[in-house]
Amino acid sequence: MSEDPNELLALCRQIAARARGAEQIEAFASRGRETDIEVVHGAVESLTVATSSGVGIRVVAEGRQGFAWAGSLDNDVVAETLEAARDNAHFAEPDEAVALASPDDVAGDAVTLDLWREGLASVPTDDKVAFAIALDTRLRAADSRIIGVEAAGYGDIASASALATSRGIEASTRRTLASAYVYAMADDGRGTQTGYAVRAGRNFDELDVDEIVAMACERSTRLLGAEQPKSKRLAVVLDPLVTASFLGLVASIFNGEAMLKGRSLFADRVGETVASPQFELIDDPTDVRSLGAAPRDAEGAPCRRNVLLDGGVMQGFLHNTYTARRAKTTTTASAVRGGYRSTPSVGARSLRLKNGDRQPDELFGEVGEALYVQAVHGLHSGTNPISGDFSVGAEGLMIRDGALAEPVREVTIASTIPRMLLDVVAVGADAVYLPGGTVGTTLVISDMTMSGA
Amino acid sequence: MIESAVLERVLTAALRGGGDFAEVFVEDRSSSTARYDDGRVEELTTGRDRGAGIRVIVGDSTGFAHTADLGEAGLLDAAAAASNAAKGGTGAARSVSLTRSEPTRSHEIEIPSEGVAKAKKIELLRRADDAARSTGSAIRSVSASYAEGRRRILVANSDGLLTSDDQTRTRFAVQSVASGDTGLQTGSEAPGRSVGFELYDEFSVDDIARISAQRALALLDAVPAPSGQLPVVLAKGAGGVLFHEACGHGLEADLVQRDASVFKDLIGTQVASPLVTVIDDGTFAREWGTFAIDDEGRPAQRNVLIDKGILTDFMWDFARARKTGRQSSGNGRRETYRHLPMVRMTNTYLPEGDTDPLDIIRDTEYGLYCAQLGGGQVDTATGDFVFGVTEGYLIEHGEITRPVRAAQLVGNGPQTMRLVDAIGNDFATWTGTCGKNGQGVPVSSGQPTLRVARMTVGGTAA
Repeated sequence: MSEDPNELLALCRQIAARARGAEQIEAFASRGRETDIEVVHGAVESLTVATSSGVGIRVVAEGRQGFAWAGSLDNDVVAETLEAARDNAHFAEPDEAVALASPDDVAGDAVTLDLWREGLASVPTDDKVAFAIALDTRLRAADSRIIGVEAAGYGDIASASALATSRGIEASTRRTLASAYVYAMADDGRGTQTGYAVRAGRNFDELDVDEIVAMACERSTRLLGAEQPKSKRLAVVLDPLVTASFLGLVASIFNGEAMLKGRSLFADRVGETVASPQFELIDDPTDVRSLGAAPRDAEGAPCRRNVLLDGGVMQGFLHNTYTARRAKTTTTASAVRGGYRSTPSVGARSLRLKNGDRQPDELFGEVGEALYVQAVHGLHSGTNPISGDFSVGAEGLMIRDGALAEPVREVTIASTIPRMLLDVVAVGADAVYLPGGTVGTTLVISDMTMSGA
Repeated sequence: MIESAVLERVLTAALRGGGDFAEVFVEDRSSSTARYDDGRVEELTTGRDRGAGIRVIVGDSTGFAHTADLGEAGLLDAAAAASNAAKGGTGAARSVSLTRSEPTRSHEIEIPSEGVAKAKKIELLRRADDAARSTGSAIRSVSASYAEGRRRILVANSDGLLTSDDQTRTRFAVQSVASGDTGLQTGSEAPGRSVGFELYDEFSVDDIARISAQRALALLDAVPAPSGQLPVVLAKGAGGVLFHEACGHGLEADLVQRDASVFKDLIGTQVASPLVTVIDDGTFAREWGTFAIDDEGRPAQRNVLIDKGILTDFMWDFARARKTGRQSSGNGRRETYRHLPMVRMTNTYLPEGDTDPLDIIRDTEYGLYCAQLGGGQVDTATGDFVFGVTEGYLIEHGEITRPVRAAQLVGNGPQTMRLVDAIGNDFATWTGTCGKNGQGVPVSSGQPTLRVARMTVGGTAA
């Protein structure tokens, strides 16, 4: 079987057709072909070439849901998986809102998105290997202060997936993704600093070795000589990669499932001002430039552009059909699934901010003394979107007199997520399309606590 | 799982291009989880994954392929793909013959979870929900889950090794959300062991639930965490992750060989306070990171990494040990058969000292007491690390006083290790998943109550 969504769809249809009586069945299957290359010391450390596939089956009977998955599409395995899902459904407790989506729930035309590049399959593995090696060798040659390359790599995947349910919903898609990364280590006698760079696109030829090398080189060398500053409160400018991580945290507050389960800070805030008017948050999977773009969501509903914050006012929550039914609203086509191993939950695919009209260097001129945050660490241990606490390790440079100045290390920046949303004073005009689907943008927050010495 | 004659033919095929070494790793994994949320049993999930990863090493380069088809034809296809990916081999093709070896187990599974009725497991979830909610009326939301997994692995390689392991793990987790004047606060507790249903003889679900609820409730009254440098006391079990991040990762030989470790040239030198001994022990009975063989077939070992402050050794997997001309230390692990192994920790801990933990607190005029940490991250090349405090209190005049809201701690590994100035006579471990290069593996970390003379605390209070 190739990466042909129609073959997967046929399999899903066969599984869904085994529904008995009032039972509902949803089958999801995916298959991917990947190449992964890791380079160390200018030579290939590992080259992986492989295909993977799997199936996830959801059974709903009398408001009870059971799920099972397997990393294989073999007939006997699929049959066992269906039986396991059926058995699991007996043990769940009923909830009248639990049901597979009806055709009406997901009605509407999907946008046509071209997410597949036929050419990726014909790129010789040797070219990909040469690309990964060039990341390592060109980075070493880029600057005399580069003392090593911790890791460099290239990877791509061509994947197809399909969904069919016993209620008559069908969807299938295929996509390609290529990405490359490198970690630079720089030292000029004052201690080692590291810099990470990553770029992603739908095809091999969208990636540029020199762009990635220049980014890693700049990000490592500009931190040389970093020292721990004194603690103080100041304005903070987030790098587009950092903003993207921050948007991911913020999106969980707009998750309809979190709201229903009492885990959203903004459960009662729809229609209220919860952010600065500059912070216009949008989830738009219909934007083909976003690597999270998708024509349909994980339940087959046509994806749409959802505005979460408009003029600082909260517009609503993201929903799948289950959370929409419970919240007495309609799905926002925000069902997402982490592959065949899980059931559809609720989430954003292509978060972005409405861009401002000034480039990052223009923003530097307006902030006075500020901290430019190039990377954060411990985002998942030091932040909590339920309580709103935000405290992360940070590395970056001070901004003085409108330009990047001395680098800092061993600092944390802290505030609360609600406070940060209100303290946004500017959004940059820049846009970086990141592998996770989020669009990164420079973001200025007027007041955070920087902890240092 | 697969006949020895088939494995011999597959390995022989993998070496057809003249590789130096070939290996077949077979895995059959089953998992079962149940989630209780929002007042009801929401979902039970069963998963099954089996397949083989085949690698061929030529010089310092590895070719790797994997397949979900465990028939001989599927394995031979993967062997050819791996051999192809590892081209450039100059060695002669050769045939392989295998000798079976049985690993030693640190403990036996007493109650295999597959044999326990699903209804009985679900009952535990309901009890946890009740116990958490009855801890305080401010508890608004409780989610609980159980997870059990069994992983059977087999490793065969061109050195003639044929061995296998059967690994079982069980974990129970409760998260509570409390609501008060200060908003929402969360608390969690999630112990796990490499055991079956006997997990619940060691841990009562009522206790797990109550601990999670108490954490959320305590935070309702919390004050903002201080910011700046101050002494930090880590409660037993809570701070092992500090050493996992601050030095553990830097002692992994793959990072050392990439020049990406601050500990690179420091073997035999003083890298920590003389109070600090750090051990990584894959044989630690029942612990979350325990196994009989690693994912390259090497028996688990107890490795002393730092002995009274002196750096004694790094951790090794097969490929990095081979490059250096030594034996693996039993630290070659992988998430699944779809992944290549790399150097990973198992159960990493500091043994107990002889100070009464209460004396450590009494001896601290002003500082931060960390009762639970939420995981962390390190840049091994610089040694700079962070970790989050999910349950912390101020120490004022030698006493634990007010709870503080979540804060991040930052520091530098080698510096922090030298600043350990008190070690308690108690001990506990912490269950976690360690992520590295996109692969997660089960690990534990442990330590007695101890104090770091100063660390940077990143709160919002002045």
